[in-house]
Amino acid sequence: MRRFATVLLIAVCAFALPPLLTALKAAFLLTQLTMAAYYALASLGLCALMGYAGQISMGQAGFFAIGGYASAYLSTRNLAAASGDPLVGGLDALGLLSRGADAYGNPSLSLSPWIAALCAILLAILVAVLIGIPVLKLKGHYLAMATLGFGIVIEKIARGTPALGGADGLSCVPAFALLPGLEVTGGRAARAVNFTISWVVLAIGLLALVNLVNSRPGRALRALHDGEEAAGAMGVDTARYKLNVFVLGAAYAAVAGVLLTHYNGSIGPGEANAMKSVRYVAIVAVGGMANLSGTLAAGLLLNFLSLRGVFGSLDDLVFGVMLVAVMLLSPGVRSRR
Amino acid sequence: MRTERIAKIAAFIAIASSCLTSAYAAPGGGDPIKIGAIFSVTGSAAYLGAPEEKTARMVVDDINKSGGIMGRQVKLIVKDSGGSSEKAISFAKQLIDEEEVAAIIGPTTSGESLAIKDLCIKGKTPLLSCASAETITSPVSKYVFKVAPKDNYIAEWIYKTMNQLGIKKIGVIASNTGFGNGGKAQLEKYAAQYGIEIAISEAYDANATDLSALLTKVNAAGVQAVVNWSIEPAQAIVAKNMKQLKMPQQLFQSHGFANIKYVEAAGAAAEGIIFPCGRLIVADQLPDSNPQKKLLVKYSSDYKAAYKEDASTFGGHAYDTLYILKAAIEAAKSTDADKVAQAIENLKGFSGDGGVFSFSGADHNGLQMDSIEMMIVKDGKFALYAKK
Amino acid sequence: MRAELFLQYLVSGLIYGSIYAAVAIGFNIIYNATGIINFAQGEFAMLGGMIASSLASRLPLALAMAAAVAATTLVGIGMERAFLRRIARGGVLKMIIATIGLSIAIREIALLIWGESVRTLPFFSGTEVSSVGIAGAHFSPQVFWVLGVTALVVAALTAFFKLTLIGKAMRGCSANREGASLCGIDPDLMVTLAFGLSAAIGAIAGCAVAPLTQTHYAIGTGLGIKGFTVAAFGGLGNSLAAVGAGLILGMLESFSIIVVPEAYKDVVSIVVLLAVLFAKPSGIFGSRAAGALKDY
Repeated sequence: MRRFATVLLIAVCAFALPPLLTALKAAFLLTQLTMAAYYALASLGLCALMGYAGQISMGQAGFFAIGGYASAYLSTRNLAAASGDPLVGGLDALGLLSRGADAYGNPSLSLSPWIAALCAILLAILVAVLIGIPVLKLKGHYLAMATLGFGIVIEKIARGTPALGGADGLSCVPAFALLPGLEVTGGRAARAVNFTISWVVLAIGLLALVNLVNSRPGRALRALHDGEEAAGAMGVDTARYKLNVFVLGAAYAAVAGVLLTHYNGSIGPGEANAMKSVRYVAIVAVGGMANLSGTLAAGLLLNFLSLRGVFGSLDDLVFGVMLVAVMLLSPGVRSRR
Repeated sequence: MRTERIAKIAAFIAIASSCLTSAYAAPGGGDPIKIGAIFSVTGSAAYLGAPEEKTARMVVDDINKSGGIMGRQVKLIVKDSGGSSEKAISFAKQLIDEEEVAAIIGPTTSGESLAIKDLCIKGKTPLLSCASAETITSPVSKYVFKVAPKDNYIAEWIYKTMNQLGIKKIGVIASNTGFGNGGKAQLEKYAAQYGIEIAISEAYDANATDLSALLTKVNAAGVQAVVNWSIEPAQAIVAKNMKQLKMPQQLFQSHGFANIKYVEAAGAAAEGIIFPCGRLIVADQLPDSNPQKKLLVKYSSDYKAAYKEDASTFGGHAYDTLYILKAAIEAAKSTDADKVAQAIENLKGFSGDGGVFSFSGADHNGLQMDSIEMMIVKDGKFALYAKK
Repeated sequence: MRAELFLQYLVSGLIYGSIYAAVAIGFNIIYNATGIINFAQGEFAMLGGMIASSLASRLPLALAMAAAVAATTLVGIGMERAFLRRIARGGVLKMIIATIGLSIAIREIALLIWGESVRTLPFFSGTEVSSVGIAGAHFSPQVFWVLGVTALVVAALTAFFKLTLIGKAMRGCSANREGASLCGIDPDLMVTLAFGLSAAIGAIAGCAVAPLTQTHYAIGTGLGIKGFTVAAFGGLGNSLAAVGAGLILGMLESFSIIVVPEAYKDVVSIVVLLAVLFAKPSGIFGSRAAGALKDY
């Protein structure tokens, strides 16, 4: 039962924190706690890959950005001009489009966020499979370089493509109605609800991973981490397991990217930055590598402090110093279990 | 073990944060007017954000020393976004929801400004952006203003000068940032109107360390002049590379070049570069009749005294946002968002750092073509470009 | 394409390549000694350029650069002594993360010291506008300096590792740590030496390229990533391969500009790197055995 303690804690917080913080007149903290939860979700996905399968990925931000950008692009693309097109007409008839008005007050017709989000996550999974098959054959530093390179390519594409807003990114991303009345959006009125949504998503994400690492595939993963040849000899299909976890990690990042983008109403190329990927790696390391709860705690805390602007212009410096300090002080952080 | 580790981390963070959270407290008591500022003090847009932040702190000190606004002290709450839009969003919500600021100045970049525009409209908080994208104030929304000159003014000034010099075929290069892309788009839009042919137009990486290959491509296109639109150190690299490649063409830069550091970095290669910008950098060369002269001279000398470096146009944007806000609050006799926004729209002939502002319901930028002049680099200094 | 235009792109590629190669060499020394990639390598180049540019107004250029190289060497040694040595037992991944932390910290401290504005070093010969022409192609004489310095460093390193006792000891230590220590070599000292040497080479590279690239607090990150790309492309651990890889990638980037916008230049080199790694997982000049040796 102990292994589910953190899941339970997160789930309880999801519902208990909003009234508690409101009573303490600190409900505004929910904004940054919501954003931090999505970043923590992306870190969890990486934790499964790094901590349990022992494969480093310095391109996690790339998958986050693929999710966020794809969902933003699809749900903001105005199809009103193409409403005569049979495809658009068909989508409309199926109720997959949503109507609204653009910034100038002209009518707009765009893909419903549900469809956009699903396409975005599927795209991230597809990219993860295509990239993962060759990349995961690499080892050590070459794997680090290849994944770092993948992230940089995603950033340069986002930054260089006018349809994705170039350096300005995409804004005016609509609210995402998960259920009627339950919207992922950044408005003040929806603050408490969105906090609950994000922490419930986080609890579900954690629960799935806790189950995974304690199941047969999880044991196979750890065998993989301890020694690939040995695991292979024991009948573990190492390539397939590695790829599965890589894709799972990418999917976590994409889900986080989609939800945060709809919550923020925008996304910029900075989300795919190499520094962002480094941050995800660092959070997993600070959390204790093969430690889901630790990663979760580190992800929530570090992102929360950064988004609150607690360290001002010293944000990056504090982060760097802390990385070194944690590596120095914690004998428990090891690359192998 | 685990809990111990987490406790260690928590303790470290607690100590670090307690050292750093000392808020910027305004002197004097009473009921200060809170103004929020989101600048990219660090990160990729630090070239813009750092002078903006320094200027804002200096101006608020000045305002407070001379009695504040309507007798109330000003409390400036500065947030460093590092140029990332998700941080700008988080900070804007903090400033609006928690601090309940009277207005927000900044953000530094267009991407951040566009990301928080909607928050400010819904949160009924005036936003005075320091970024340049057209889309910040078009379509006009009640609470959103910007003080940086329109990119098309800069583009049109460059083209006017080209017409005088008989230049017809040009190459355009711009850094791959909001600043560069915005300018490139305006250059492309207005070229035909001035009879200019853009033979080649390309974006380059903002962190480029050498541009000789790109300039070789531009040179091969047979252009008579090159326009570079960026804010990064690449501006000096372009100047140097052109000389090293023995390219004879005239180099034009954008108002991003209005920072003497780039002239120093480019050295002899900077001589003769022509670029349009506001009058700040040539304040002491202006005729005394110029309505801006007094404040420009004061700002540039104050800034130099305070920070031991020359003032740049971008710091001037922060200067303008604060003084426009001061004038508007005093005219409105209130910090109520609707009244302040209305008062800004009513400001006419307001001499600022970037030019003489005349806002209206349809124009939330307020600057005209005449806020810009052409400059030239002469003997390692900025000078007004004498029209031929 | 006209011959002189082709030559001009070739020269631009040479400029890029020489900058990349100069930074990439430093990665390999630490990699050989410790089996880790030092993510702070780019910061050494930044520190070299920044310190030299600060001193250049007061000291003769050569002296300013020598002082900058010495100071950066101390930073490298200090980094290893104060932090990385204590982490070494925790494994390679932990050390890598520590170097990432150190690189961020050095960059941000540089921002606090020097501010965000750009600096430069005087050209070693001539000025900003000097240009030499060869068969219709033109470039700055500084390019010769960068190439010359890179060649000199590679030659000196080769001689050092092949001919001197300390160099041999360092090589022995990287091949077999226990064995080397049985022979009376102090492995810890060798690692410290490697960091000092690598920092010095980074700083020399930083000084040599600074007149061309200019320098500012954040330049190390980009140079470091490019250096890592080049080092992996060539095959980790091999300095000569790094020079070859740097020149190849420089040429690729330069010629790619004919068809691909400059903004995608990095994408070109990374895609080529990925393609090479997929075909040859230990770099273009790397051997499988060398790749398998250093693993985590």
